[in-house]
Amino acid sequence: MARYKIGPARIVFNILNYTFFTLFTLLCVYPLWYVFIYTISDPALVTGTPVTFYPVGFSMYNLSRVIRLDGLAHAFFISVARTVVGTALTVICCMLLGYVFSQENVPFRKLMYRIMVVTMYVSGGLIPTYLVIRAYGIMNTFWIYIIPPVSAYYVILIKTYIEQLPPSLQESALIDGASYLRIFIRIIMPLSMPIAATIGIYSAVEQWNAWFDNHIYTFTNDKLLTLQYLLYNYLTEAERMTKALEGTHITEAMAKRAQNLTPMGVRMTVTLITVMPILLVYPFLQRYFIKGILIGAIKG
Amino acid sequence: MEQVNTPAVVTQPPAASKLPGKKKRKNWELFIIALPLMILVLMFSYVPLCGWIISLFEYKPGRALFDCRYVGLKYFQMFLTDRDVYRVLKNTVIFSGIGYLLSPLPMLFALGLNEIGNARFKKVAQTTTTLPYFISMIIVYSLAFAMFSSDGVLNTVLKSLGGAGNTNLLMNKKIVYLFQTCITQWKNLGWNAIIYIAAIAGIDQEQYEAAMIDGAGRFRCALHITLPGIMPTFLVLFLLSIAHFVSTGFEQYFVFKNPIVASKIEVLDLYIYNMGLKLFDYSYSTAVGIIKSAISVVLLFAANTLAKRVRGTAII
Repeated sequence: MARYKIGPARIVFNILNYTFFTLFTLLCVYPLWYVFIYTISDPALVTGTPVTFYPVGFSMYNLSRVIRLDGLAHAFFISVARTVVGTALTVICCMLLGYVFSQENVPFRKLMYRIMVVTMYVSGGLIPTYLVIRAYGIMNTFWIYIIPPVSAYYVILIKTYIEQLPPSLQESALIDGASYLRIFIRIIMPLSMPIAATIGIYSAVEQWNAWFDNHIYTFTNDKLLTLQYLLYNYLTEAERMTKALEGTHITEAMAKRAQNLTPMGVRMTVTLITVMPILLVYPFLQRYFIKGILIGAIKG
Repeated sequence: MEQVNTPAVVTQPPAASKLPGKKKRKNWELFIIALPLMILVLMFSYVPLCGWIISLFEYKPGRALFDCRYVGLKYFQMFLTDRDVYRVLKNTVIFSGIGYLLSPLPMLFALGLNEIGNARFKKVAQTTTTLPYFISMIIVYSLAFAMFSSDGVLNTVLKSLGGAGNTNLLMNKKIVYLFQTCITQWKNLGWNAIIYIAAIAGIDQEQYEAAMIDGAGRFRCALHITLPGIMPTFLVLFLLSIAHFVSTGFEQYFVFKNPIVASKIEVLDLYIYNMGLKLFDYSYSTAVGIIKSAISVVLLFAANTLAKRVRGTAII
């Protein structure tokens, strides 16, 4: 890298530039930091000294009470289940389709590929999709979260990836008499791990963050409540919040006298629990996230 | 920046070129594997298209379509005459318009980040500012609630500075457009900048060397090499975004709506939801959805034509 001379204009620019990025970085971190310190603050002290930059006292009260709230553990389980099952299904199905589309001699390959691509541009829209799903009879079932497991975008990425693998490997396997499914499992899958990982991570984040399907298709079934939607309920429905609090007060009447589970306390704690998985995996998987956008961009 | 292997060059599909005997044989095995998945695609992406027909009927839930009254284009005319539509379209155009005005921001963000000499600071800043993109909209709302509601941090700070401490930015009708724009930028700016950061990394370093020999300073280098180097990326993204003019997205506006800001936050996607799943006017909601799709398709082709003129290549 060559050297530049540093003049006064440059110094002013550097100061402004560093200031902007410092502020923006803090702006991205602070709300999450706040949720964290609010959760671990002592609820009895919070009313007197508002939380701002550091925890007020220290207590696990919020966390230990909130994880016992009615339905929270189950919502966590549903969120984990849809993330694990949904991601696994999406990756396997998209890989299979991507592989099929990369093979030239498949009947109706072009037609099927076009059918797939069109779904990226045309959709029936909210109500027609809603009515169709209702007609299929899968309202209020777990299927809503994991079907359909194919996304045109992922399939195209995988197809492009498989096409740039050396063809000689598949050819020699074919000569040895391996079936196509066997080639897929033994050769294509191991070689496509990088793209599978990228798509898996995107799909997992999407699944974990999803809530709208819960809101319109499964909201009458409390057994299918996801963590995200539970949090949304706590944020918007004061009634649901009070009910949840009452539940704890009856069973924890003694504890109530000493400390209090406040609406804000519940909201912040549930927020922390909901965002935690993303925060935990993000630093380790960041390069995959970036890879994802770059592959997509090159394609586009 | 991580180096990424680019599967961009599409080589000829690895057909059984060395196996002329196998080439002619149709591969029914793989077809059978793909079939169930394609049926799912048809069921969930194509069958709903047939549902567009209900926009021509006075469809009532739970009744068969042929029992419903045929009303022709009534619901489409309703869209043109409804007074709410004007307000909703205005909101949509404002949110979209602000989005277009701010579309150079990620590019400037990347330029600024590129000028930061401290590698560790650069890495931390990039990692942190990308994080909000991966957080769900519900969490974003929860964070905004913790910051800006009447019990939020902002009021705590204002109170300690001697203010009244009764502001609630979430319930302030005057600043809806500004506030929502800030939320959008907070969530997406770092993420949208990544593609420009990659583009900058791809610029030939020799150009900088040559320019500096000619006496160009760092600012001139940024202006005459980096900026032109990433302009094509900006142009493509801008052209691609034209088709999304009426699709501002739904989640953010849905999550942040409340009775006070409702009239200004209601964009077209939210309107379709409200008409359909809140007022149960399935036919009208479907008609509005069709109109939205039609506008998007027209814009897509317009953008494509424009792309051919400007860049010489199509974008779809």
